[in-house]
Amino acid sequence: MPAVSKGDGMRGLAVFISDIRNCKSKEAEIKRINKELANIRSKFKGDKALDGYSKKKYVCKLLFIFLLGHDIDFGHMEAVNLLSSNKYTEKQIGYLFISVLVNSNSELIRLINNAIKNDLSSRNPTFMCLALHCIANVGSREMAEAFAGEIPRILVAGDTMDSVKQSAALCLLRLYKTSPDLVLMGEWTSRVVHLLNDQHMGVVTAAISLITCLSQKNPDEFKTCVSLAVSRLSRIVSSASTDLQDYTYYFVPAPWLSCKLLRLLQCYPPPEDGAVKGRLVECLETILNKAQEPPKSKKVQHSNAKNAILFEAIALIIHYDSEPNLLVRACNQLGQFLQHRETNLRYLALESMCTLASSEFSHEAVKTHIETVINALKTERDVSVRQRAADLLYAMCDRSNAKQIVAEMLSYLETADYSIREEMVLKVAILAEKYAVDYSWYVDTILNLIRIAGDYVSEEVWYRVIQIVINRDDVQGYAAKTVFEALQAPACHENMVKVGGYILGEFGNLIAGDPRSSPLVQFNLLHSKFHLCSVPTRALLLSAYIKFINLFPETKSTIQEVLRCDSQIRNSDVELQQRAVEYLKLSSIASTDVLATVLEEMPPFPERESSILAKLKKKKGPGAVSAGELEEGKREGGEVNGWEVNQQKSEPSQENASSLTTSPSPTPTAMHLSLTSFFFPSSLSQSTPSPSADLLGLRSAAPVSAAPVSAGSLLVDVFSEAGPAASTAGVNDDGFLRFVCKNNGVLFENQLLQIGIKSEYRQNLGRMYLFYGNKTSVQFVSFSTTLKPVDPLVEGGAQVQQVINIECLSDFSDAPLLNIKFRYGGALQNLSLKLPVTINKFFQPTEMSSHDFFQRWKQLSQPQQEAQKIFKANHPMDTEVLKAKLLGLGTALLDNVDPNPENFVCAGVIQTKAQQIGCLLRLEPNAQAQMYRLTLRSSKDTVAKRLCELLSEQF
Amino acid sequence: LANNRKIRQGKLRLQKWYVPLSDPQKKKISREVIQMVLARKPKMCSFLEWRDLKIVYKRYASLYFCCAVEDQENELITLEIIHRYVELLDKYFGSVCELDIIFNFEKAYYILDEFILGGEAQETSKKIVLKAIEQADMLQEEAEAPRSVLEEIGLT
Repeated sequence: MPAVSKGDGMRGLAVFISDIRNCKSKEAEIKRINKELANIRSKFKGDKALDGYSKKKYVCKLLFIFLLGHDIDFGHMEAVNLLSSNKYTEKQIGYLFISVLVNSNSELIRLINNAIKNDLSSRNPTFMCLALHCIANVGSREMAEAFAGEIPRILVAGDTMDSVKQSAALCLLRLYKTSPDLVLMGEWTSRVVHLLNDQHMGVVTAAISLITCLSQKNPDEFKTCVSLAVSRLSRIVSSASTDLQDYTYYFVPAPWLSCKLLRLLQCYPPPEDGAVKGRLVECLETILNKAQEPPKSKKVQHSNAKNAILFEAIALIIHYDSEPNLLVRACNQLGQFLQHRETNLRYLALESMCTLASSEFSHEAVKTHIETVINALKTERDVSVRQRAADLLYAMCDRSNAKQIVAEMLSYLETADYSIREEMVLKVAILAEKYAVDYSWYVDTILNLIRIAGDYVSEEVWYRVIQIVINRDDVQGYAAKTVFEALQAPACHENMVKVGGYILGEFGNLIAGDPRSSPLVQFNLLHSKFHLCSVPTRALLLSAYIKFINLFPETKSTIQEVLRCDSQIRNSDVELQQRAVEYLKLSSIASTDVLATVLEEMPPFPERESSILAKLKKKKGPGAVSAGELEEGKREGGEVNGWEVNQQKSEPSQENASSLTTSPSPTPTAMHLSLTSFFFPSSLSQSTPSPSADLLGLRSAAPVSAAPVSAGSLLVDVFSEAGPAASTAGVNDDGFLRFVCKNNGVLFENQLLQIGIKSEYRQNLGRMYLFYGNKTSVQFVSFSTTLKPVDPLVEGGAQVQQVINIECLSDFSDAPLLNIKFRYGGALQNLSLKLPVTINKFFQPTEMSSHDFFQRWKQLSQPQQEAQKIFKANHPMDTEVLKAKLLGLGTALLDNVDPNPENFVCAGVIQTKAQQIGCLLRLEPNAQAQMYRLTLRSSKDTVAKRLCELLSEQF
Repeated sequence: LANNRKIRQGKLRLQKWYVPLSDPQKKKISREVIQMVLARKPKMCSFLEWRDLKIVYKRYASLYFCCAVEDQENELITLEIIHRYVELLDKYFGSVCELDIIFNFEKAYYILDEFILGGEAQETSKKIVLKAIEQADMLQEEAEAPRSVLEEIGLT
């Protein structure tokens, strides 16, 4: 046991700690702790009144036990008693215990507050500081209510000791962060700002944190702080290294205060007053100059403190973005750091340069460092530094250097760390698309990407290349030729097969003239990969084959033969079997004309934000976090936007099933007909014919497609996902809320696990497919969910599926919860999510005339039948997107009902087992104000209210 | 500044939280951060991105000191916050070692509270912080009453 250093007396505590340290096993430790807990409990409960010293000792022991990681459920009262002790050390331990172990037991808080109140009014500075520290540590709302009025007074009072002022300032900051509504500076504002002028540097240091936070929220009220901050900064910057005595840190004058001053200035635009601005520019120049001076000490603390100020100054220069001279100097300085031997500096320089790259003044200067950055990407030993280098290359990329940067990133990918590959792939894909001068370069790049890092090429990336090829006829022939060549490789990535299958299925004819890539050669090439592929890819290939029959009638018999084999039409996978059967039948029954219509070339995709960009935003968003909280789900704002590309054509796997039961919605778009329709299996029977059905003319011609009815529903999914996807990307949106207007997508994703959802609803019933994907290379064990039993082992990279049936018994507001548990590398992961089942899923759309609509509207005129909300638009007010969302809601969107064509009205009936609930909806956008008014009327008040809540988050 | 803690071989010696979190959340975060920091090799940079925060860490002998700070926080100055705290401990205990922190954890807390409050630097002057702590110790010595024999040998 070490000599207890200063003025300490609790020997019993020291002995206890020694005992714990001597325990050989966890069990022994727990035994010792339980013995001690029993002892303390009996002391606390004993008849004999404990003296203050013993109380202090036992409370301290409890604290130690708690810090070892054990739960403590008693002793709080004794700790509170200590607060009112006159002995400083007893009070101090009491406060420490409260600060570490406080719970929201309101009874206790009141007692604590009483003790604090006494200490605050004691006029004993040490007691006051203890009380303030406690408030700052706990920072609960009850404390804010009790003390938010008093503390500003203490802070600015003339006779308050410096140390108390410091504690009061930071205490107030903490309360402001918890309960900004309770901390009102009002009359104190100017005196608080003037604390920047205080003689005591410690007071300034503490006060500036408070002022910065308040300035961020109320910049106008606090704007006088700018000139004060500039003069304070100027005094520090120009002081000699010894002027500030103990505030000089390793020869750097007041580094913490300097950084905070520079941070405060970043809350404001450049000073308007010329003199102030001149002085500030001078400061910034001095800081940049100092960076060039030889160091006053070899200690790393010296250079860290100096550079901390430098980086903060550069951040301010970037924030102003108006002084080209300073920006370029900053860039040069960072350029020097890029080759510094300190890893930390290289890291920070790369990071800081990333923001400089986006300024028009310094973009070119940043670009001059390209070789160094490329070199960093290749040679840095720390993956986090390489990551910064990749970020910077991405940020400095423009048309002039895109080819070089993309090539470097591609070559880096071959050896890149697994942890950053996916992001690199996305970045390459985005740069390639953004700066593509000729699209053959783009196609080459993406195919290279698949070749080099196929596993990391997410669906968005290959969907996007297909979108682009389909939309640009100048590149289609080249794409066909290139994929054909790429597929020659004996082992090519499955993603390559998917792209190859899709593109040859569409554009194989463009290269069929060459005997080396004749239709049969193309078909055999694709089919040679078939058996190595997963079910979804095989399904895609089958669709490509039927497209081949249309493109090249001469391949018909070969392909029919393939489709006819047992391994196809009797495949144990129902999806493959269904496709084989349907395509075989289609190819033999339908006339060439019908075939040509059904299998027509894909129409161009609507232009929209690249789904990849959305994905990158999502990845870069704050949500790249690990398992655990629901908030994570919220942050994953992005969408698997590209999904629908696939659904439209080549992956109706689940969609097919889903279209069986979902009710068709009214607005299919002609361009998709050729695709959607030919996936619908003969077994379909559908009550509500979709308007698209007759357009196809298939009903009579081909019994196969006798009911191509659910075309509509599929299309709605397509649209409802497409629209919001682009716009909600990156927004802090509840994962759950994203599913209000759509049925499929990713519910949750972190570094370990991805949960995808496909769902379908009909009347009051629903079915949901949950896909749990293990994103790691290590198996999850003891995997379980609260829904139903599932295989407890999930191999690395594998996906397990669960299907649940849902029945809506009566209307509801709370979504069912899904809890998932599993072990990953020994650590238990526990996840709790809301299942995206909302009341609107059970909508049946109801078409009605304007007259009927308003008649019903009037019938639902009791106040509780209406719910209304006026809110700001969260997304661009795009009519098509709005329509898609409203359709995704499940109601019928009624045209020509509202006299104002800008408004939307919808009607539907919610089907529950208990009853049917009619709902009417009216959405009035106000483009000028960027606001919406949403009104819902329903025969059941709770439903109107719930729908209103759900929907107001959607636009 | 979100939180500040010291760890060794996966054992947490001292932790301080400046944002309200539940105990299970704290435990989970500690576990994650400890795992990540211990996996770092020497010469790697002292900053890590984690969730939407940055972890700034530094190793002193067998102890790691870590701070989780907000994204826009200045990394280098945070690193020096850690160093100043170590200096304070060192000065107070006289070449501080891990055992000092284990046996006098309450002192380590007091020093931290004097130096950083609510996640922000309160007083960066070494002299002033130590003076405050020493004054408190003086109060303590005055207040100390004579102890029983049993207490003297550590039996209660």
